[in-house]
Amino acid sequence: MGIFDKIKNGLTRTREQILTRIEWAVKGRAIDESAFDEVEEALLLSDAGIEITEILVRALKDRWKRGQINSVDDIKRGLAEEVEKILRTVESPLDVTGNTPFVILTLGVNGAGKTTTIAKLAKLYKDMGKTVLFGACDTFRAAAIEQIEVWAKRLDIDVIKQKEGSDPAAVAYDATRAAHARGIDVLILDTAGRLHTKSNLMEEMKKIKRVTGKELQGAPHETLLVVDATNGQNAIVQTKTFNDALGVTGMVITKLDGTAKGGFILPIARSLKIPIRFVGVGEQFDDLIPFRAQEFSKALF
Amino acid sequence: MFEKLQERLEATFKKIRGHGKLTEDNIKDSLREVRIALLEADVNYKVAKDFLERVKEKAIGGEVLTSITPGQLFVRIVYDELCELLGKVNKPLDVSGSPPVSVMLVGLQGSGKTTTAGKLAIFLKKKGRRPLLVPSDVYRPAAIEQLTKIGSQINMPVFSSKGFDDPLKICVEAKAYAMKNGLDTLIVDTAGRLHIDEEMIQELIDQKRYLNPKETLLVLDAMTGQDAVNIAKTFDEKLNVDGIVLTKLDGDTRGGAAISIKAVTGKPIKFIGVGEKLDTLEPFHPERMASRILGMGDVISLVEKAQDIFDEKKARELEKKLRKDEFTLEDFRDQIKQMKKLGSIESILSMVPGFNKFKGMINFSEAEKEIKKIEAIINSMTPKERLYPHIIDGSRRLRISKGSGTKVQDVNELLRRYLETKKMIKKFAKGGMKGFPKELMMR
Repeated sequence: MGIFDKIKNGLTRTREQILTRIEWAVKGRAIDESAFDEVEEALLLSDAGIEITEILVRALKDRWKRGQINSVDDIKRGLAEEVEKILRTVESPLDVTGNTPFVILTLGVNGAGKTTTIAKLAKLYKDMGKTVLFGACDTFRAAAIEQIEVWAKRLDIDVIKQKEGSDPAAVAYDATRAAHARGIDVLILDTAGRLHTKSNLMEEMKKIKRVTGKELQGAPHETLLVVDATNGQNAIVQTKTFNDALGVTGMVITKLDGTAKGGFILPIARSLKIPIRFVGVGEQFDDLIPFRAQEFSKALF
Repeated sequence: MFEKLQERLEATFKKIRGHGKLTEDNIKDSLREVRIALLEADVNYKVAKDFLERVKEKAIGGEVLTSITPGQLFVRIVYDELCELLGKVNKPLDVSGSPPVSVMLVGLQGSGKTTTAGKLAIFLKKKGRRPLLVPSDVYRPAAIEQLTKIGSQINMPVFSSKGFDDPLKICVEAKAYAMKNGLDTLIVDTAGRLHIDEEMIQELIDQKRYLNPKETLLVLDAMTGQDAVNIAKTFDEKLNVDGIVLTKLDGDTRGGAAISIKAVTGKPIKFIGVGEKLDTLEPFHPERMASRILGMGDVISLVEKAQDIFDEKKARELEKKLRKDEFTLEDFRDQIKQMKKLGSIESILSMVPGFNKFKGMINFSEAEKEIKKIEAIINSMTPKERLYPHIIDGSRRLRISKGSGTKVQDVNELLRRYLETKKMIKKFAKGGMKGFPKELMMR
């Protein structure tokens, strides 16, 4: 299955919904204002949020007034183009070749899918022939270390860890040192899920980042925020807060294989311009795929 | 947790305040604002639409009582509808029946099931139950270890599910284990799964069929967006859930999902998760949640109090008097008395949304003293003086000031203000008088 099919597969339900809605609305008659109400509804239901929805609907109506929209297909094409325009600004694949080790620091709220994403990433880089090392910096949640160890075993990857409850920054330091000493290509640090509103946990995260940078200049090279596609508008607040505190350099949108649409990436792309590196569309190892604006937009509409 | 939505609604109500009556026209803006607020809070598009329809229907032509403003009335309608939606009363967890009774936790990956299981164990133990934690997530790496560790942290027995690869088998063995060990409540943690994953959902159905749980609880992340309706609806259709646990409410999510899931499933929200510590599972109180969503909970009680205290008949008499320009110092005193029944100025004002921002800018003890002074002055007048203040000459003023322990200037000031007020009333008398006397007192 090609990448496009995968996203499309993951987003089928969304696609169908939007298509059928608009088609049904304008069935057998010329495009009128009401067709755009359906576009508005579809966008709002995708968690795109009010602001971007209004912008997109306005843009489509302008096309319509200029006589560029005469059919449902025109609406779909127009919408896909407008969406793609926004998303293209955040299409920027993660390049891990510049530094050795290339340090990826993951972060996100509880249950976003960090550890699973890490496993998928590791598989991806291993398949590319790179050496990978894990740093088990989630020393807080019960059995988080065991969880990443299980993945490491399956992938035949080493884990740098300490006891549960130990200082995560110390683990990050050890892991960075070890990666450096062993000439590892990619070091991936798993961290404890934290709500962005907990300032003490954000401080802890800053410390992890600081310590990593002290041991290895320029590290972490990627501060990767993992966001659950099931989220609504809070995803925007999450991203803003994490970005303000830690300087997010890339994002992964997980769980796009459900019925959630992850439309919040539109406002995020527009206002924060943080690259979206990957999208997660399933539970299999190869269900983490690079984000492509055109494919995503086409698959979405 | 709902601060942002609160702020939005407060802003809309500020706009509606001051209008004479609720009409389709003057609530249009407020409705639009409420819609935006609801959507930004992640309330499902369709749920919000229905909700606003109902609010509109109830609001237009609504009877505005003497003692409340149209804005307050609108708040009341929105609040009532929200309460209606969220469910009138908190439905407690039902674990009655012959032991062992089962509670089953289901939900998407990462919604917080395992943590909730631990919290629930503590909750039930406090209620005198003897729970057994049953990890049955055989898929996610180290999920069983996670619950096992939580169990030992909170000193609660955990069924050792390690080595099993069939969740149903785990349930069978765990039930036997509970019976043998005199444990009366099974808390079964299940693997996270997508609601559209037929195969995995079937597995839950099988587990449920065997366990025949007293409570099947859907655990849902409070940050969930529009999709909350699909998730809740599908889980409910397949598994007939008894209630919902809303997790991660300690963040800054506006939590509109609470409204959505209630609307589509009709199932009660039984608990909310508000922290990472294992004792932070709280029973869900719909009224509190609705009040919180609106940030108006205390206005509601203020309105209720006002309705109780302000005698309708008296209010109507007063209105008549005002119209006829017969507002006397006697009436003035009556108003002060009624207002005092509501509580201190500070306590009344702190029930007003958004007021907290201004706290500290007002010297309450000074204001209270001022009111006391006014009352004392009026009390020191003869009934005749109260009815016909124009007879109060210099010697009467001196007597009144002595009697009330105030200065002559204070008496002068009160009479000056009274005359001013009367003049103002005369001006307004031709227009809508409703709600005016209270505002008169608040100045």
